[in-house]
Amino acid sequence: MTYTARSPGAHFVPERGASTDAGNLAGVQAPSVGPEDIDFASIQHSPEFIELRGRLRRFVFPMTGLFLAWYLIYVLLSSYAPEFMGRPVIGTITMGLVFGVAQLVTTITITSIYRGYAKRRVDPQVRLVRQRAGIDRR
Amino acid sequence: MTAGTPSTSLWMFAAIVASVLAIVYRVNSRNSSRADYYAAGSAFTGGQNGLAMSGDYLSAASVLGTTGAIAVHGYDGFMYAIAWSVAWLLGVLLIVEMLRNTGRFTLGDVLAFRMRQRPVRAVTAMTTLVICFLFMIAQMAGAGAVVALLLNITSRSGQSIVIAVVGILMIFCVLVGGMRGTTWVQMFKAALLLLCIVLLTVFLLGKFNFDFSAILQQASANNSLGQAILSPGTLYRNNTLDFVSLALAQLLGACSLPHVLIRFYTVPDAIQARRTATWAVWAVVTFNLCAMIIGFGASAVVGSSAILHAPGAENSALPLLAFRIGGQALLGVVAAVAFATILAVVTGLTLTASVAFAHDVYANIIKRGKANPAREIRVARLTAVAVGVLAITGGILANGQNAAFLAGLAVAVAASAHLPSLLFSLFWRRFNTVGAVLSSCGGLSSCLLLIIFSPVVSGSPTSILPSVDFHLFPLSNPGIVSIPFAFLCGIVGTLLGKNTHDEQKQSEMEVRALTGIGVRLS
Repeated sequence: MTYTARSPGAHFVPERGASTDAGNLAGVQAPSVGPEDIDFASIQHSPEFIELRGRLRRFVFPMTGLFLAWYLIYVLLSSYAPEFMGRPVIGTITMGLVFGVAQLVTTITITSIYRGYAKRRVDPQVRLVRQRAGIDRR
Repeated sequence: MTAGTPSTSLWMFAAIVASVLAIVYRVNSRNSSRADYYAAGSAFTGGQNGLAMSGDYLSAASVLGTTGAIAVHGYDGFMYAIAWSVAWLLGVLLIVEMLRNTGRFTLGDVLAFRMRQRPVRAVTAMTTLVICFLFMIAQMAGAGAVVALLLNITSRSGQSIVIAVVGILMIFCVLVGGMRGTTWVQMFKAALLLLCIVLLTVFLLGKFNFDFSAILQQASANNSLGQAILSPGTLYRNNTLDFVSLALAQLLGACSLPHVLIRFYTVPDAIQARRTATWAVWAVVTFNLCAMIIGFGASAVVGSSAILHAPGAENSALPLLAFRIGGQALLGVVAAVAFATILAVVTGLTLTASVAFAHDVYANIIKRGKANPAREIRVARLTAVAVGVLAITGGILANGQNAAFLAGLAVAVAASAHLPSLLFSLFWRRFNTVGAVLSSCGGLSSCLLLIIFSPVVSGSPTSILPSVDFHLFPLSNPGIVSIPFAFLCGIVGTLLGKNTHDEQKQSEMEVRALTGIGVRLS
């Protein structure tokens, strides 16, 4: 994957600007290039980066809220509605134990959904931003 | 009741220790640079590191403590275990990838990235050391109870010798193996542990014809609490708010523990960090499902009163069950795995503490970022020895104290002192130095103060100081107050610090956190 392959001397190529060909010279740049030579502010304001940040946040923030709420429901029901949670469901297995196992199942599920989403929607966008920044070559 | 003759267990112990030393010795070939010693050259794959991560996460306290709590208290013990699994989601969704991209060796790297280096690193190093130390004493004190049961060593001085041996082995592993050795030890131990637990679970289920309901029925028949173990309230009936506080601290603190966080630096990039977390989630959830079955199974097969009357009380549920199922051979295996667990976890903690001191305090505060890397590693090794000696002393003194309480306190400190400033620095553009320092200090001090004035320390028959009463705070876990307080401190500090945040650094951090641009250059 190009995502991990880094060329150590690469430059950020501004969208508009004088040193547009710096990225093409990446391989012959002096090795002393530091992070101060990358124009982070213009990457941060580029539409590709804003799209990347949006895609990530639109997923992780609601998902965090969701799992926190779902976990809180479980804890509060256990704390304040013990009769409901102690009700047998299948044989001697109680409602609370089902809820508990469901917490474990949702943990796995959310992790898997996130992994798929990141692979599909986030990682390609990261590659795009990195290519535009001249960090990775196509 | 003691289980098994010590000699079988002793042989298993010897085999485990020999394997650990062999692993550490075999992988020590390259440990000369900081990247090697602190982060194993960031060369592990996500799968390897995920296994090692579950090794760090499933400490002796959670392996013996969780199964024991479920065996004795049933439902409430299980509820406690679930927090440890669900907590991973916070790490997966919000923390690990950005942490990997932003930092290099320590948590201080991330928190101080766009702040003034010295104050933020000083505070972060302090909180890291406090957490590592509390956690380590908990593990060491627990080691005393474990060997009491497994090796049949009941004298205080005998247990002290065992604690000292654990400490010396741990120092050796850290000095020789560095992060690479520690990671391989964790992988070895986690694989053994998971294999052991899964086989035990399958065996137990087979015994009851794969009918979980039958296990529960038998479990409540053989538990002195009866049917009550199947519903909430055995442990937290009279202090529900206390339980909510504990659950909150666990949920937010588990993924803010420094030894868990710095493990993400041993993989090369954010994608591998994500894979690490995914693997760890699977391992931890598998463990907790098995722990539920083993816990109730232990109650069914061994019975709760036999567990409580064994040396090590609750902690002896898993070893006693192993003894009932597989005799001395299986007991020996479980004992040896438990021993490896303690050794591996304290090794990870010692390494974390020594890296935090050498990298944050020595290199960046004392030497202002201009330290000679070779000297920095020497400082790290010296710190490891000092931390090890302190942990041995602390462990011997705390032997017999409630290990779970100490571990719980460490997690509450992590949730209060680390999580708010970590989230703010990753997601809040205006967050600044004053906010970071105030949030971490506020979280740490409120947490410690509330504990000192809680019923855990004084004012009840089960307190550490039962004869005096100066308790002012009604809960035994401070999380529900100290975590929101730390968030508030972060906000207030940031507003007081006005426009002191560094725009340029903020751009760099945000771009780097999300894309990894700039990672190898710094």
